[in-house]
Amino acid sequence: MLEVRELSKRFGGIRAVDSASLDINEGEIVALLGPNGAGKTTLFAAIAGFVRPDAGSVRLIGSDITGLPPHVICARGLVRTFQIVQPFGALTVRENIAVGAHLHHASRRQALTRAEEVAEQVGLAPRLDQPAATLTVAGRKRLELARALATDPKLLLLDEVMAGLNPTEVSEIVPVIQAIRGSGVTILLIEHVMQAVVSLAERAYVLNNGRIIASGTTAEVASDPQVIEAYLGHGAAARVQSRLEARHAP
Amino acid sequence: MTAKIAGAVLLALLFCVPFAVQSEFWLSFWLLVLMYAFLGQSWNVLGGYGGQFSFGHALFFGIGAFGTAILQVRHGVNAYAAGAIAIALGAIVGGAVGLLVFRYRLRGAYFALVTLAFAEVARILISSFDYTGSGFGMLVPLARGVANFQFEDRRVFYVIAWVLVVIGALVAWWLENSRFGARLMAVRENEDAAQALGIDLIRTKVCAITLSGAMAATVGVFYVQNFLFVDSHLAFGPAMSIEALLVSIIGGMGTMFGPLFGAVVLHALGEAAKQITGNAPGLNLAFYGLLLILALRFLPNGITGLLSRHPARRSPESTHA
Repeated sequence: MLEVRELSKRFGGIRAVDSASLDINEGEIVALLGPNGAGKTTLFAAIAGFVRPDAGSVRLIGSDITGLPPHVICARGLVRTFQIVQPFGALTVRENIAVGAHLHHASRRQALTRAEEVAEQVGLAPRLDQPAATLTVAGRKRLELARALATDPKLLLLDEVMAGLNPTEVSEIVPVIQAIRGSGVTILLIEHVMQAVVSLAERAYVLNNGRIIASGTTAEVASDPQVIEAYLGHGAAARVQSRLEARHAP
Repeated sequence: MTAKIAGAVLLALLFCVPFAVQSEFWLSFWLLVLMYAFLGQSWNVLGGYGGQFSFGHALFFGIGAFGTAILQVRHGVNAYAAGAIAIALGAIVGGAVGLLVFRYRLRGAYFALVTLAFAEVARILISSFDYTGSGFGMLVPLARGVANFQFEDRRVFYVIAWVLVVIGALVAWWLENSRFGARLMAVRENEDAAQALGIDLIRTKVCAITLSGAMAATVGVFYVQNFLFVDSHLAFGPAMSIEALLVSIIGGMGTMFGPLFGAVVLHALGEAAKQITGNAPGLNLAFYGLLLILALRFLPNGITGLLSRHPARRSPESTHA
């Protein structure tokens, strides 16, 4: 579905993304992990056309989308959400979602009807007529998701849809995302909430300093020494290992 | 909703003015109010619904006015054809400015400054050539008759202006109920999110400024047919640009009847101030400046916000089922 090959983006002297490659198959939920500043959001932006990569290629369902403008990529079926939510503040929730629905529906009425369906799907139905600016953080995250979903994407790039949510809210949104995948949408998500990652994603890639340092099942990458070092610092893997061994010793 | 009913009632009342009012002065007064209401609506399409604050709408007004005047005076084109061509020119210039400005991602204050600069350059150019009337302006020869788009009875012009305002309101209604309008407002609210949802930013903004340019040029054409005279300072000067944005901001940006409310209030107050101060030169601009500050401070959503049951769509309590 998505093939990213040797994608690089530098800002001045910093290699924000350094020849990163990843593959996503149809129907999967894949997580993109990594410590703060690893380059996850830049990688998303480069895939979705918000920043032009310096090198490498992105293919979506077999066709090259490298460096295309975001609205064209969206029309091809790849849509991203933003880590820092970007609601259309003065518009109502219904109008917000309808903007996404208009990608495939020229008629205002159809777009508004579609918006209601999507709101139902993500649990925003009671808030349809509320201005987006009045939503709580959890509500805004759902709105990000709903608008993206309304474009009927084939591939959804979710940038930390659970950051800032409390554990109850996280446990509410997990089944929503599972249901989205169930409806045939492939998902790549950036997430720090490990509880959610483990319950959602089958596979994960780990990015550090712009490079993919590990990939595999979520359990595999979570115990990968390189990953532990990336998160906890040099030597951490050895300390964790010895702590574990000590605990298991008779 | 309340604001829309009030706007419709006001429109109906304004239709009756020429039949109820005998005085030439008041007929002219209300005629100008309608004209500026439509000019404000043209600004509102781009600024209110699209969030692109032009400070140079005089450019489009002037293109319409000088376009039709030059075609009629220099080339003997029929007044209706000249008017249609001038309106098309307004659209083309709007689109060209839009392509240039939006392609280079000029927004906010930069967009305002560039549009102001375009209008000023046009003003200087138009004042520089004999072909465009130099600094003296263009005088369309008096030749009353329907065929020349010149009417003996001022009330005909009044009705035309009224119809323009109705058309303006319909354009706004269309923006509030169409895919294009939804996209335009999405661009106003957040460009990144709009782009991510498949909206072509440049195309949307260029379409808006093209429509806006055509509407403002229409006011220019109307002005010339009504007064049979236009000069570069009047047509392209900043006063006209300020008029366009002020009626829209005071009345309520991004609302159907905002520019009409704004034009009525602004010109009623302006006329009153004129009577009181005895028409001191330049005072009207100082007065406009003061009004703008007061409006932005106390009526951020304009007169429409005052009338609306949900004053600020941004305020948290405005939930309704």
